Formats: sequence, C-alpha cells, structure tokens
Amino acid sequence: MPVIVGFVPTKEGRAALDAAVVEARSRNSRLIVVNASTGAASADNRYVDDDQLTALRAELDASGLDYEVSHAVHKKDPAEILVDLAEETNAELIVIGVRRRTPVGKLLLGSQAQKVLLDAECPVLAVKAPR
Amino acid sequence: MDGLNALLEGMSAALTPMNLVYAFLGVLLGTAIGVLPGIGPAMAIALLLPLTLTLPVQQAIIMFAGLYYGGMYGGSTTSILLNTPGESASVMTAIEGNKMAKAGRGAAALSTAAIGSFVAGTIATLLLALLAPQVVKFAIQLGDPDYLAVMLFAFVAVTTVLGSSKIRGFASLGLGVWIGLIGIDQTSGQQRLTFGIDQLSDGIDVVVVAVALFAMGEALWIAAHLRRAPAQIIPIKGRLMTKEDLSRSWRPWLRGTAIGFPFGAIPAGGAEIPTFLSYVTERKLAKKPEEFGHGAIEGVAGPEATNNASAAGSLVPLLTLGIPTTATAAVMILAFQSYGIAVGPRLFEEQGPLVWTLIASLLIGNAMLLVLNLPMAGLWAKLLLIPRPYLYAGILMFASLGGYAANGSPFDLWLLLIVGGLGFAMRRYGLPIVPLIVGLILAPRAEIFMRRALQISDGNLSGLVNTPFSKVVYALILLLVIVPLVWSKVRGRRNTPEDQHTGTDDVRMPANNEGA
Repeated sequence: MPVIVGFVPTKEGRAALDAAVVEARSRNSRLIVVNASTGAASADNRYVDDDQLTALRAELDASGLDYEVSHAVHKKDPAEILVDLAEETNAELIVIGVRRRTPVGKLLLGSQAQKVLLDAECPVLAVKAPR
Repeated sequence: MDGLNALLEGMSAALTPMNLVYAFLGVLLGTAIGVLPGIGPAMAIALLLPLTLTLPVQQAIIMFAGLYYGGMYGGSTTSILLNTPGESASVMTAIEGNKMAKAGRGAAALSTAAIGSFVAGTIATLLLALLAPQVVKFAIQLGDPDYLAVMLFAFVAVTTVLGSSKIRGFASLGLGVWIGLIGIDQTSGQQRLTFGIDQLSDGIDVVVVAVALFAMGEALWIAAHLRRAPAQIIPIKGRLMTKEDLSRSWRPWLRGTAIGFPFGAIPAGGAEIPTFLSYVTERKLAKKPEEFGHGAIEGVAGPEATNNASAAGSLVPLLTLGIPTTATAAVMILAFQSYGIAVGPRLFEEQGPLVWTLIASLLIGNAMLLVLNLPMAGLWAKLLLIPRPYLYAGILMFASLGGYAANGSPFDLWLLLIVGGLGFAMRRYGLPIVPLIVGLILAPRAEIFMRRALQISDGNLSGLVNTPFSKVVYALILLLVIVPLVWSKVRGRRNTPEDQHTGTDDVRMPANNEGA
C-alpha cells in the first residue's frame, strides 16, 4: 500500500514531496514519485530533466525510504496517471501540491489538482507551498 | 550608386504607416514561426498566400519579407533556450547557445544572436541593393538558351548539394517537374498529363501545391510523431553582453555575413551549409578553441549572422533571375506570381518601386526585429508551451481554408489531400522537398525557354549552346555532377584498406559503391 506523490520541479512540488516523505516514513510505506508529461508541447518545465532526476534520486536514496520514480511521457494527463496508478497499486494516499490561485485563474486554466481530488478513490493530501 | 538612390526612394515609400504595420505584422509572425519547432517561414508564407490575395501586392510582399527575416531571428531563441532548433538554419546555434544558457549566460547568447542577425541582415540587405542592379544589367542581355542553362544549373545544384542522396534529390525534382508540366502545352495547345480530368487541364495551382507540401505534409508528419519527451526552457540569466563578449562577437558577425551572403545567392540549398561552415571557421579561428562545445560565444555569433546574411543573399537570384535557392525563396516567387508579377530581370524595370520598397522594408524590418527580440526573448519562449495538437490542428485548418480560397474549387481540396499525403510520404522516405518546389516553379519556364531557343535554331540542338554564357554554365553543371563522383571514388579507394582494418565503416562501403 504505497504513498503516491505527484512531483513537479516547483516550490509546490517540493512541498508535496517533503510531505510525502514524512507520510511514507510514518506509515512505513513504499513511496512512488510520479513525474509525467503528455509531451504535447515542445517545452514543459514541469517535466524534470536528467540533472533534476539525478538530484531527486540522490535525495530519496538519502532518505532511506523504499521508493520508486516514475518518469515518462504518457498520453494521459498527469492527474489521470496519479489516479490510475493509485488504483492499480491500491495506494493508501496520494500527495499533491496545489498552487494558490484565484477563482478566475482556476476558471481559465483548469486544474490537475482538482481532478485528482475529485477522481481519486483513496485519501488525497493537498499541500501548499510555504509563502 | 543608382541602387542606393533607388533604395532611398523605396525607403520613403516603405515608411507609410500602413506599410510599416504590415512590416511589423510580418516580423511579429515571423518571429513566432521561427520560435516554434517544425514551422518554418516557407510553411508560414504558403499558409498566408491564399489569405493575403485581397491585400495590395506591396503590402503582402513586405509582410512576407518580414516573415522571412523574422523566422531567422526566432529560431535562435528556441535553439538557445530549449536546445531544439526552431528551424533548420539554427541547428549550429543550438550547440554553443544552449550550453551558454545552461551556464547562466543565456542573455549574452540571445543578444549576440540578435545583434549579429541585425548587423548581418543590414549589411547583406545593403549588398543586395548594390548588387542586384548590376546582376540585372547583366541578366537583361541573356537570351533563351542562357536562361535554360541557368535553370538547369539550379536544378542540378539543388539536387546534388542538398540532402544525402542524389537519387532522392532527382526523384523529388522529377516529381516537381511532372506536377509543373500538367495542363495545357503552351506552344501547341494540347493537353498533357491530365488523365482526362477536366480540372487538371488548367494545370495544378502551384499555391495549392505549396500549401499542401509545406503545411499539410509537415503538419501530418509532426502529428505522426507527436509525443516526445519535452525539454525544459532554460530561464534567461546573466548580463546582456559584456565588453569581452562584444570583442569576441564582432569578427564572427562580419565573417558570418561574408560566408552567408554568397551561399544564399547560389542555388545550393539554404542556410544549413553556410551556418555549418561558419561554425567550423569560428572554431578554427577562436583564441580559446577549448571553449567550443562548452558555450563559446563565437559559435553563436557566427552562425546566427550567417543565416540572416544568407536569407538576404537568396533574394539576389530571386529578384534578378527568378531563381529560388531556398524553400522560402521558392514560396516568395509564388507570392509574386499569384499577383501576376513575373520575377526576373524585367522585375526591376517593370516593378521598380515595388522592389525597392521591399528592400527598404527589409532594412526597417530588421531594425524592428532587434527591438522585438532583444528584450522579449523570454516572452517568445512561452510560445513553446502551446500544445502541439492545437497548433497543428490549426495549421491543417488554415491550409484547407487557404487551399480552397485560392480558387474556390472543391477539387483543390482533393489535390491538397493528395499532395499533402505525398509530402508526408516524402518526409517518411527522406526525399528533400526543395527540389520538388524548385522543379515545379522553374520547369514550365525552362520549357518555354528551351522551345523558344529550339524554334529560333529550327530544331537544331546546337541552338541550346550557341552562346558563350550557356557554354560556361553547362561546363559548370558538368563539374557539379562529375566532381563529387570523382571525389567519392578517390576517397572510396583511399579508404578501402582502412575500412577493412577498422571494420566500423563496413556498413558505409556498399552505399559508397552504389553511389559511384
């Protein structure tokens, strides 16, 4: 029963990862870190590059947790990947980072976080970045 | 000096508010198109061709010229910040530029690219203004056999220099000639290659072919390879240019101009070869060659200046002889033709004000590009976040709209689909597209020159080579065909023993023999 965390290289993603590490440790669970992109645009700054991936692995190695990193281009959008993966692995918790956004900003941009909150079968921990 | 006087007159015509607006629109669109990988100026002009037919010719041409130059600027932004060349002429820029950006010197790389493009573009455009009237003076004296020879030279140069395989090049050229000759034989009035289809008797509209090849074919190709791991845009960091950067940049800028301009002017296919040459030259001449591969500013300054200079250079044969040397130049010829203007030596005589306004607005557009690109590169990079499905769905829609609008005939939509499929297949099997479009544009004209020359000589083949100029050109064509053959044979023979020892090049050996 793993803990799944959606990671992006921003301060929200950072906060989510930190919270997920704490959760996984206290529950004594495996941690699955998911970083995905649809690959639809030429550039995606939320898809980690090789350097960032190495840093991420080094950090998780240091935490001593039993972990797994899923880093790939999928046709599904990131929210679907998290939810589906949670179902497949019978996860006990999904951790996501959420941005502080105005209602108008949310209306215009849509929300991956919202999709996870609404669709996931398991508990979802939504973490905000420290101000 | 008559060139410069005419240029000043053109400048006053180009400085009307509406012309400035169209120049601005052109450079704006051009930059955007340069930034987006997979969309080049040729595709953009092809897409806009049918839609601009309602504009006065001057403004449409000014906009297209801005688009052409803008594409060269925008490509550098993508190369530097994303390590993916926005268009093919920026491939070399990506090597050093991206390393500079990663080392926190992105701002310096972007500014040497922008200023170098400006310097090279301005010098090369002035060279164009000085050189073009001289070429025209010479070209006006040429007769039918001379023109035929020049066009055959263009055919051979485009097919043998471009791409890896001559056979693919000639196959592509043959397709272009075939499509170009469909319709009614201009001399005898008989139908040919129409297969009894009424709609083909008028010939295939070249605008439709250009839209299909450059827009449909490309969009389908990219759609077939849509999902790739995206790269990260490197944030722009560092100071613009330090004194040291400037002192290391200005020589490459000038050298790049000197390399790019002549290469643009000969029909040897685009900016890829000169930008590569410029990069190699800078690496050889650099005081610190060990910096190359780790973000040497010379490796950005030289190729970026080169590709803009070659864009200006390609306008020399375009405006004076009507010979396209790049895909974009070919589509520009279509733009002139769609307004019923024949590009060639008479262009300066018959459309003098138009040409000089065009050249003047190139200078203006170049200055606009500097202002647009230097402070706003980061903003342009945001275009890369647009999901490609939206982009290419839009392109396919505009292509269909344009293909239909050109003549308002549903038959053209079928043509669009068929030729678009052909373009896709050509990309799939590695056939270069430029020979096709050059063959398509030049074949009907070459045919007229050939038949007129033969009519004058009463069908005697010597009528094709009875001028000194045509003899020289045919000799050049022979050289162009023979030299690479001999070269590969000599090199193949010399390499054979080594290849047997190393074994790594064995795979290349059969290919070599086939070529020879």
